[in-house]
Amino acid sequence: MENYTAKDFKSDQEIRWCPGCGDHGIINSVQKAMADLGYPRETWAVISGIGCSSRLPYYMNCYGFHTIHGRAAAIAAGAKSANPRLNVLQISGDGDALAIGGNHFIHAIRRNIDITMMVFNNEIYGLTKGQYSPTTKLGTKTKTSPYGTIEMPFNPGELVIGAQGRFFARSIDTSVQLTAEVTKEAVLHRGTAVVEVLQNCVIFADGVHAAITDKEYREDRQLVLKHGQPMIFGKNGQKGLVVDRTGKLQVVEIGKDGITAADLLVHDARCENPSMHWMLVHMKAPEFPVALGVIRDVEGRTYDQALEEQIASVKATSPIHNADDLLNSGDTWEVK
Amino acid sequence: MFLNMKNEIIMNESIKVIERRDVVIRFSGDSGDGMQLTGQQFSDAAALFGNEVSTFPDYPAEIRAPQGTVGGVSGFQVHFGDNPMKTPGDFADVLVAMNPAALKANLRWVKKGATIIVNKDAFNPKNIEKAGYTSNPLEDPAASDYNLVATPITTLTEEALKDSGLDQKSIVKCKNMFALGMTLWMFDRTLEHTEALLNQKFSKKLNVAAANRKVLQAGYNYAGNVHALAVHFDVGHAIIEPGRYRTITGNKATAWGLIAAAEKAGLPLFCGSYPITPATDILQELALHRELGVKTYQAEDEIAGICTSIGASYAGSLAATTTSGPGLALKSEAAGLAVMAELPLVIVDVQRGGPSTGLPTKTEQSDLLQALHGRNGESPMPVIAASTPGDCFYAAFQAAKIAVEHMTPVILLTDGFLGNGAQSWKIPAMKDMPPIHPRVATAGEDYKPYARDPQTLARTWALPGTPGLEHRIGGLEKVNITGEISYVPENHQVMTELRQAKIDRIAAVIPPQRVIGSPEGTLLVVGWGGTYGHLHTAVEELRAEGKSVSLAHFTHINPLPANTGEIFSRFEKILVCELNLGQFAHHLRGILPRFHYQQYNKVAGLPFTVVELKETITEILTK
Repeated sequence: MENYTAKDFKSDQEIRWCPGCGDHGIINSVQKAMADLGYPRETWAVISGIGCSSRLPYYMNCYGFHTIHGRAAAIAAGAKSANPRLNVLQISGDGDALAIGGNHFIHAIRRNIDITMMVFNNEIYGLTKGQYSPTTKLGTKTKTSPYGTIEMPFNPGELVIGAQGRFFARSIDTSVQLTAEVTKEAVLHRGTAVVEVLQNCVIFADGVHAAITDKEYREDRQLVLKHGQPMIFGKNGQKGLVVDRTGKLQVVEIGKDGITAADLLVHDARCENPSMHWMLVHMKAPEFPVALGVIRDVEGRTYDQALEEQIASVKATSPIHNADDLLNSGDTWEVK
Repeated sequence: MFLNMKNEIIMNESIKVIERRDVVIRFSGDSGDGMQLTGQQFSDAAALFGNEVSTFPDYPAEIRAPQGTVGGVSGFQVHFGDNPMKTPGDFADVLVAMNPAALKANLRWVKKGATIIVNKDAFNPKNIEKAGYTSNPLEDPAASDYNLVATPITTLTEEALKDSGLDQKSIVKCKNMFALGMTLWMFDRTLEHTEALLNQKFSKKLNVAAANRKVLQAGYNYAGNVHALAVHFDVGHAIIEPGRYRTITGNKATAWGLIAAAEKAGLPLFCGSYPITPATDILQELALHRELGVKTYQAEDEIAGICTSIGASYAGSLAATTTSGPGLALKSEAAGLAVMAELPLVIVDVQRGGPSTGLPTKTEQSDLLQALHGRNGESPMPVIAASTPGDCFYAAFQAAKIAVEHMTPVILLTDGFLGNGAQSWKIPAMKDMPPIHPRVATAGEDYKPYARDPQTLARTWALPGTPGLEHRIGGLEKVNITGEISYVPENHQVMTELRQAKIDRIAAVIPPQRVIGSPEGTLLVVGWGGTYGHLHTAVEELRAEGKSVSLAHFTHINPLPANTGEIFSRFEKILVCELNLGQFAHHLRGILPRFHYQQYNKVAGLPFTVVELKETITEILTK
């Protein structure tokens, strides 16, 4: 455990994101989380794909690898499998992680490789200047959908759960403290941990998350989940979630229709069964609050540890200890 | 070398003993008939007896192609003898054909006068028609050109197993062992080794093991008792360099070469791959060797195969990815990242017939130009090609050595013929393999990611986890030395030229090109990769006939050995022989344009034959 401040993780490179870009807030959160965790700086490898968000490794004072579009998850998986002692943090945008890199995203999660994947979700392609992404809301007009998109968007959390993911958290770029907290939880989680950060692109999709982040009603549309705590939200903490008689989530008001705080659902992030986590991930404003915080956090066997264990167990019983043994194994004969 | 029959004696009234220095035998049948196993077993028995062997499987892409059709025929050829076997042989002395389709598909690869063992039971009207014959070929007058041994193999197998308690389907499955027993008798090989292998293979099904052994013995006895086989071959032990030997396929040798290189370099081995014919065996072989710390990662696709390996290389492993042509195409963007980031990586391409899915199970020197040029931007990469199954070990070792000592991805080209083919192989000792020195940076040094060795221009490798060497790399162009992002025009020029020069300078450390035959003369035959055995044999035989022909067979394609031009200048004519439409010739014309290159090209999914090469070379010599 080392004594760091966020500043210790800032590189000497000038940050080139647009003024007002949500990424500025996210990098501060990430650096704060890394400082708080206190792992030696050299153990961090920050690996990104392509896109605005993927420039992040250049601004970090640790090991960093800015790779190619969509492949960060595969490269991060390889690095972690090769050296499980590393803390591998993958940085991707919604296009990088869920479109071109969708296959690597779901398969890394399925394998449960112990990496942290951060998806900066701004529902747009920023670096290529404004085309719709796999998370763009239906009907949105962009440069490649001038009459509105006609395809359904992905909800990253649903994809994580569908791929048997064991950790999913959601935050907002402007909530620096919450992003830092969930990032820490994600790193501490053993296995693939996905953090979706709702990020605002001021140039090509400004206000895309305004329905959740707008000052006027954000308290009513954000539910910050905490394990073991009741699901309460709203300006005065008067709203909450229950399950109705048909098994669906329902927003209720404390004090109305005889509802008390004791009637509200209590968040269990560690429940193996993902049914409730899926319902929470699925909630959309304005009918429901959007779930933030650590939604799912269930430990399980990781790929990298299983690989190490398998090597150790085969080594323990094999008569082959080096290449010479291998070359001479099986049927051989001597020519004199 | 095909007609070097030394002697023939009559053993008794019906069996002729033929002494031979080498024999080619081809096993063929439906793809479900177990012919690959039969051929492999025969080859192992010959090798253990002390013969040199070279084998080549020839099978359809479909696991169970339509039964009885020519398209579904699976073959396995074994060439064995008392001298080094450079090729699996052009034409067979003995053919085993389990059905009419197998006979039809293989007759063109059989010598006149050869012994052909057929399963007579399979020659029913339905199968005869399926094979595309209009009448029973066994009754054709042309059959008298061969020593045809029509044996009711299915009936005799059923008879041998009538009390076994096995069901009919399982009984019929054993018929390949009858054919194997017959051929082992023909060549006077014992059954012990095959029996041991059967016991091992069916260790959980003792009754199946017993049934197979019984049928094997029945075939052996049948051949000996009924004198149905009019010939008995006597092929002596090979007189070869002393040492310990084994048989090895090219794919296994490639896997072992990578393992050997990792040990020599003191690095862990990582292989991220996606299954693809005919390269999958390498991944399978590496997956077996957890005991040596080998980490294999069966990725979700070809791209993830190379990307996980790039991640592992970044983290400090000797990393490899294995594939075939279509997979190499998918990997090309990521290969460019390894070029740009200057990370060591071995990319193995076991070439097959292309383009697209092409001929997945057939051999072709299909990807030379893809290996050299198939990436965006100026993206130079060393390219090495293995020449024999056993050479795959050394080529893989060499590819790894270049990768880690020069900090670059390297493409190793083998092919389906080498990968699936096997040969007798003298086992090397690790102490005799050259050292490998990875350029790993140490904690505390003043690390600059793109500072270079003045001789080789290779950068150093700072592994994540090393205190004080934290740095950033990536696919964007970077400033020389510091590695910071740069779009400055002059810098891009400098970096592009540095990356090219780094690869060019590898020519200084690779061995000079060797010429087989005279160092000068009328004709220089030029080849590369898996055609070595056929080209060498053809050139050697023509030289024995007094022809002025030599061979330059290339392992190093990029960069070319420094003495290449000098070698070419000493011959009147140059003939580049390739299993493609002239990719190496194209490469040579670009690099050494002052020479005139004639070409001999074959794109049939098959290796050259020595006969066709000799004809072509002779024609060019006399022109």
